[in-house]
Amino acid sequence: MYKSFLIKYAEIGVKGKNRYLFEEALVRQIKYALKKAEGEFAVRRTDGRIYVDAQSEFDFDEVVESLKKVFGISGICPVVYVEDEGFEKLGQDVVRYIGDVYADRNKSFKVAARRARKNYPLNSMQINEELGGVILDAYPEMHVDVHRPEILLHVEIRDKIYLYSEIIPGPGGMPVGTGGKAMLLLSGGIDSPVAGWMIAKRGVKIDAVYFHAPPYTSERAKQKVVDLAKKVAAYAGPVWLHVINFTDIQLYIYDKCPHDELTIIMRRYMMRIAEHIAAETECLGLITGESIGQVASQTMASLAATNEVCTMPVYRPLIGFDKMEIVDIAEKIDSYETSILPYEDCCTIFVAKHPVTKPNLNIIKRHEQNLQEGIEELVAKALETDEVIVVQG
Amino acid sequence: MEVYLDNSATTACFEEAAQLMHRILCEDYGNPSSLHHKGVEAEAYLRYAYETFAKILKVNEKEIFFTSGGTESDNIALVGAAMAGHRTGRHLITTRIEHPAVLQPMSYLEGQGFEVTYLSVDRQGKISLEELEQAIRPDTIVVSIMYTNNEIGTVQPIAEAGALIKSRNPKTLFHVDAVQGFGKARIHPGKMHIDMLSASAHKIHGPKGIGLLYLREGAKVSPIMYGGGQQRGLRSGTENLPGIAGFAKAAELVYQDLEQDIDRMYALREKLTDGVKRVEEVTVNGCPGMEGAPHIVSASFRGVRSEVLLHALEERGIYVSAGSACAAHKPQPSATLRAIGVEKELLESTIRFSLSGFTTDEEIAYTCQNLEEIVPKLRRYTRH
Repeated sequence: MYKSFLIKYAEIGVKGKNRYLFEEALVRQIKYALKKAEGEFAVRRTDGRIYVDAQSEFDFDEVVESLKKVFGISGICPVVYVEDEGFEKLGQDVVRYIGDVYADRNKSFKVAARRARKNYPLNSMQINEELGGVILDAYPEMHVDVHRPEILLHVEIRDKIYLYSEIIPGPGGMPVGTGGKAMLLLSGGIDSPVAGWMIAKRGVKIDAVYFHAPPYTSERAKQKVVDLAKKVAAYAGPVWLHVINFTDIQLYIYDKCPHDELTIIMRRYMMRIAEHIAAETECLGLITGESIGQVASQTMASLAATNEVCTMPVYRPLIGFDKMEIVDIAEKIDSYETSILPYEDCCTIFVAKHPVTKPNLNIIKRHEQNLQEGIEELVAKALETDEVIVVQG
Repeated sequence: MEVYLDNSATTACFEEAAQLMHRILCEDYGNPSSLHHKGVEAEAYLRYAYETFAKILKVNEKEIFFTSGGTESDNIALVGAAMAGHRTGRHLITTRIEHPAVLQPMSYLEGQGFEVTYLSVDRQGKISLEELEQAIRPDTIVVSIMYTNNEIGTVQPIAEAGALIKSRNPKTLFHVDAVQGFGKARIHPGKMHIDMLSASAHKIHGPKGIGLLYLREGAKVSPIMYGGGQQRGLRSGTENLPGIAGFAKAAELVYQDLEQDIDRMYALREKLTDGVKRVEEVTVNGCPGMEGAPHIVSASFRGVRSEVLLHALEERGIYVSAGSACAAHKPQPSATLRAIGVEKELLESTIRFSLSGFTTDEEIAYTCQNLEEIVPKLRRYTRH
């Protein structure tokens, strides 16, 4: 019965003169999300609203699921358009609408009319009262509640008359692309995809970098990361994934530095490389899935040590989250099952039994001196291995 | 150079078998149960397949059943025999080093109230005939012993076991999972007192998704799937004719020059074993020489993680397996390796090389040379 959706958005509304930029981004992201759904759709902006109109047969649930992944949408309202053929006809249409949508009509309701077209013969108050009467006549089991109605029936008088009463909650946030772009350090774990998702929610476009270390990490580990990027891309639009071969750098650090500092020094080089690629691709920040104290390399001291190598801001949206809270989101965005596949990533392959938890920056820096001879060349070489995979959602 | 040494996982299909299958899929696609000419034409392929396997196994055509592969054959044999025989007895015997396609049905049957005895194996993976003898009881309905172990290549004394079982309890059915043995040895169920035998096509250069179960006439086995009553009601479902014919063709080709091919494979295996041993601190698992299968070499490389070695060899174009392919995606270490007493440290340092009739001298030399280069390098970088 539904062929159209009214898209409600929250925060965009308050962005003043930039509003049209936000709306354009939202329309673009809606179109991107609907590409995967069966059917043809027109997305239009009129009267400060966004509508999705189906141009062909479509699967209602599939469309709603797709729209639920578009940041910036606060609510999805399935809407019915009827022609304005006089008030009596409108009454019949409204009765039919309620009959179709609500099988159980033992509910309270309220009519909320709005006239965008002021030449309509009745004003809003009159429409509310008259239609309320028509509904009560048709369905005596219903009753009016103007304060907390179970059904709030919107009747909007425009070129046609729009009827809607259901609001399916959207994901909130801001349309991706309105907040610039950031580079996500994506591992095969549970945290990093969630971190990427959270920043994307604030309208930020996501690129990602993955460090792989063949033969220590397998092709399947890489495929797993591509699959995780896909989970993020389902919300954030296409994700450009940079795959960097990190093996030689890792082995060089292993040869030259104390093993208990291996992870910290390795992560410092990952940050350096990520920042380099981020700068070259016009990213405005880095994103990691770190959370204080989760592992040795995520203590405050360790974070300070890895943070020290970059000047670009590093966003850590999970910093205060417990593992269970992160898992909850991972399950919600469907990345959890993929994340727990048992392929090793390069952070764990050489991990020391007792890595330092309170690294001393001066000592770390002194040990990094051991790498002076060859590291620059190795970093340059690693950057040459950059393989870009455009991951579609 | 590409060297495929994972033939126990699966093999390349013979060109000739693939062509035959293509013809059956696209031209002679009839259903052998149809009465018209197309059906008769299709039935001819079926007849060819029955004849081929009856000849190879020296059994009656009526004793051959086609299934979807080794797993299904094992399931029909074990679950089907247990269902048919549960009034006679509720005891089964198998070994600790069977494939999951045997161990899992066994564990299912245990849940259904059957009792299962698991025979231990020695350091080389062989069962003890004395232990088997002691395990057989008047209520033992099935003994299931694999012909060749898929991870270490050990070949069990099947003929001796068969004779022993029949002398202790003539009613006990003897099942042999020969998925790794079929195509690598002449196996004659009659002489070996085998009542049920499982084999699979894709391990012998045939297609995937097709296997067979030999079932001695008179051995009572209930179906585990019900339907149109094909294959004498034991295995309903339209016959997978392209698969069946492809399997038969592959078997025909493999058994054509079997002795010659096996001798060649033994020589290559010997060469590979020698090459592996040249790398320091390596243990070769299983039986040496002709006592083991001609196509499997299992070796543990101390201080090297098998997955890393696997990927390092892969970088040089050499494909091997860590443990066995069926276990490679599970995190827990192999039950077979534990059963033969491989020390804990080596469990995750074990690689399986498996050869085929296509493996060349040059490929083995290339593999040995690369092992000697790679292993010491990997040993330099380990977890601390």
